[in-house]
Amino acid sequence: MSCAQTFADYALRSIGFGVRALPKTDITLCEQVVLIGSGMVWNAYFAILAVIFGFLFATALAVARASDNIWLRKPSDWYVFLFRGSPLFIQFFFAYELFAQLPRAGIDIPLGFTTITLATSWLTKAWAGALIVLFLNTSAYSSEIFYGALRAVPKGEVEAARAYGMSGFSLFRRITWPTLLRLAWPSYTNEAIFLFHGTTLVFFSGFPAWQQKGDALYYANYFAEKTYNPFISYPIAALYFIIFTILIIALFGAINTRLNRHINPAECPKIKYRPQMIR
Amino acid sequence: MKKILIAAMIAVFATGSAYAQTVRMGTEGAYPPYNFINDKGEIDGFERNVGDKLCEIAKLECVWVKNDWDSIIPNLVSGNYDTIIAGMSITEERDKVIDFTDPYFPADPSAYMALAGAGADVTKGNVAAQVNTIQSGHVAGSGATLVEFATPDETTAAVRSGEADAVFADKAFLQKIVDESKGELIFIGEEVILGKGVGLGVRESDAELKGKLNAAIAIMKKDGSLNALIAKWFDGMKGPY
Amino acid sequence: MCSDPSLLEGWQWLWCYLSTPKHQQFYASFLVVFAVLIVTAPVTMILGFAGALARRSAFLPLRCFGIVYTSMIRGVPEIIFFLFVPIALDQLVEFIRHRIKCPEITDPIYQGADFVVCMAAKMPLGSSPQWAHGLWGFTLAVIAFSIVYGAFAANTLHGALNAVPQNQLETARAFGMSERQIFRRIHLPQMWTYALPGLSNLWMILIKATPLLFLLGIEDIVYWAKELGGAKTSYFAYPHPDWRLWYFLALLVFYLSLTRVSEVVFKSLTARVSKGQSLLGQATAS
Repeated sequence: MSCAQTFADYALRSIGFGVRALPKTDITLCEQVVLIGSGMVWNAYFAILAVIFGFLFATALAVARASDNIWLRKPSDWYVFLFRGSPLFIQFFFAYELFAQLPRAGIDIPLGFTTITLATSWLTKAWAGALIVLFLNTSAYSSEIFYGALRAVPKGEVEAARAYGMSGFSLFRRITWPTLLRLAWPSYTNEAIFLFHGTTLVFFSGFPAWQQKGDALYYANYFAEKTYNPFISYPIAALYFIIFTILIIALFGAINTRLNRHINPAECPKIKYRPQMIR
Repeated sequence: MKKILIAAMIAVFATGSAYAQTVRMGTEGAYPPYNFINDKGEIDGFERNVGDKLCEIAKLECVWVKNDWDSIIPNLVSGNYDTIIAGMSITEERDKVIDFTDPYFPADPSAYMALAGAGADVTKGNVAAQVNTIQSGHVAGSGATLVEFATPDETTAAVRSGEADAVFADKAFLQKIVDESKGELIFIGEEVILGKGVGLGVRESDAELKGKLNAAIAIMKKDGSLNALIAKWFDGMKGPY
Repeated sequence: MCSDPSLLEGWQWLWCYLSTPKHQQFYASFLVVFAVLIVTAPVTMILGFAGALARRSAFLPLRCFGIVYTSMIRGVPEIIFFLFVPIALDQLVEFIRHRIKCPEITDPIYQGADFVVCMAAKMPLGSSPQWAHGLWGFTLAVIAFSIVYGAFAANTLHGALNAVPQNQLETARAFGMSERQIFRRIHLPQMWTYALPGLSNLWMILIKATPLLFLLGIEDIVYWAKELGGAKTSYFAYPHPDWRLWYFLALLVFYLSLTRVSEVVFKSLTARVSKGQSLLGQATAS
């Protein structure tokens, strides 16, 4: 079978298109490269959605944590502690079991005049359940970064804005938030990378692969077990992740440049590896 | 695939001979009544009894090793243990990779289990099966949507939670679960006989061990002790040997 | 009291259930977590120092190696290393032993799907006692952990060494200290202040990575939680429905307390190390 044929058969195998049966014997290098690459669709899907939603929620959490209102501050502190203090791997297991306990038929919510049935069955599927866990997890880590940055926003900027008559939401949106982002961005880049790497845990932690539709590492693991040779499939997966990580750095670097466009280039904080700020 | 479960429980059989060969018996430990970890934390079940008896007859010193199902064949091939005794059906596909002894358990029907009240069409819906089993191969070929799980326990849990419509597995494994579900779970659809019986897996290069085990199995079949063990573990089922 | 579980009820049943030998193995497996942490942490530090020094080395190949080693974790998920390193190491060791112990066998080692080495090259030998197999697996796991987190530590230490103010080192030079003396007496002691936040973070990462032992086939707390929590029929002395949720809840609580305690300890440690340092506010490495 030619490599082009393999590509046609397996390029979208991870999302259910193409040939149903995975290669079992005489596995070629091409098959490994194509299928593992196909699995990257899942890693990208989880990472992109979790980062986008997580970003919004994390901002809200950071503001809540800086708030004077104890009813906002304490729950957010506890939330962050819960998700930063426990391993993502255990969170996946726990969440899966939790979602599996929900009544399959859905939960009835009586509204008086009518009853809505909240469907729950999709929660045990990786595309939803694992995404929720990743979203909650990255929100906690990101909010820690944003909270730190929020406290580092120069007082002078805020006071100057007040003097101009700004307050409340417009003060936040136009002054605090841009500065916060600017300060947090290098660390947030690291968080995004770690979250992306965390997506590899999904199919190793309770969430089953439906019809062998899994992520890159799921297929890499499949091949390693079928060929009993780890020296090919894992490095392929590693290579994919290196490429995607470089893409993330490039994308976040471009955003970083934009965030700092008013700053003297010599003083612009570079995105670099910050070991003490990682998860 | 170095996934032998570490700190696995051990059973050593004194054979008297100082030169006795140590045979490492690989099993899954999660498939009652074939093999499971009992409350003492030891490997127990039909295959534990059979294996110990075989070792006694063949004068082998046996050590039990737990290993995850999905890597159980690769780890045999790579020599991390010497036999697979884990309710593994003899199939053509496996026979290409490893060798099997004569069966110590006949080809047993596989059955679908579903929640009570399910229609017969669930066998064409989302069907859970353990990965790399003859049952999963059957489901994949039956037109149903296969949902694979790493352990047998997860397959039945998926049916209870409704994640899968039905589970397809050895009937002997499901029997007790159905019996004790207080009517919550039922057998459904047709039973299918798959495979050529259950045998011990050995490496293809290990003809000597295979010979010894085959001889011991023949003795157990002859003296009725195998049938007695089948009756003991499978609700009085009458063994064919 | 626990001799016939079928007669027990309520708390008594639960008490007996939770004290079965199988559960005792579960409790003992918590020690595995601590064992891994205790063994891995120092090895990680050694590798971290080696990596950091390699990166600062004047010898170009060594410096390149240091840079590659410390950046590799940046691009690759650690779990790939965890799945890869133990098998690779295992096969490598057996391959070398095969070459030494059975030079007469010339058949290829990879035969189709099989990895075939002679019996004398097995690591550990098939005839070895079970604990030797356990120890070998544990060792491979610890090596995999150390390699990965050693790279983290190297990054932190490298950053901390760079963060020590140059004028302190210049002062030492002015006092006539040799480069070696400067490193041992000034540079290294001063570095800790800057390294500690990063190292405390690394310790947390290490704690949170321990459940991944399960993927290496170690009978750790995750393995037992899954095994004990699964629904049990009357083949077992204590039949029960699917309780995995509760077992995982217990693990969650265990990890939360472990990280919480570590956090408190590190806070007081940071306070102690930064005593007498002329730093604005808290010590932060860059």
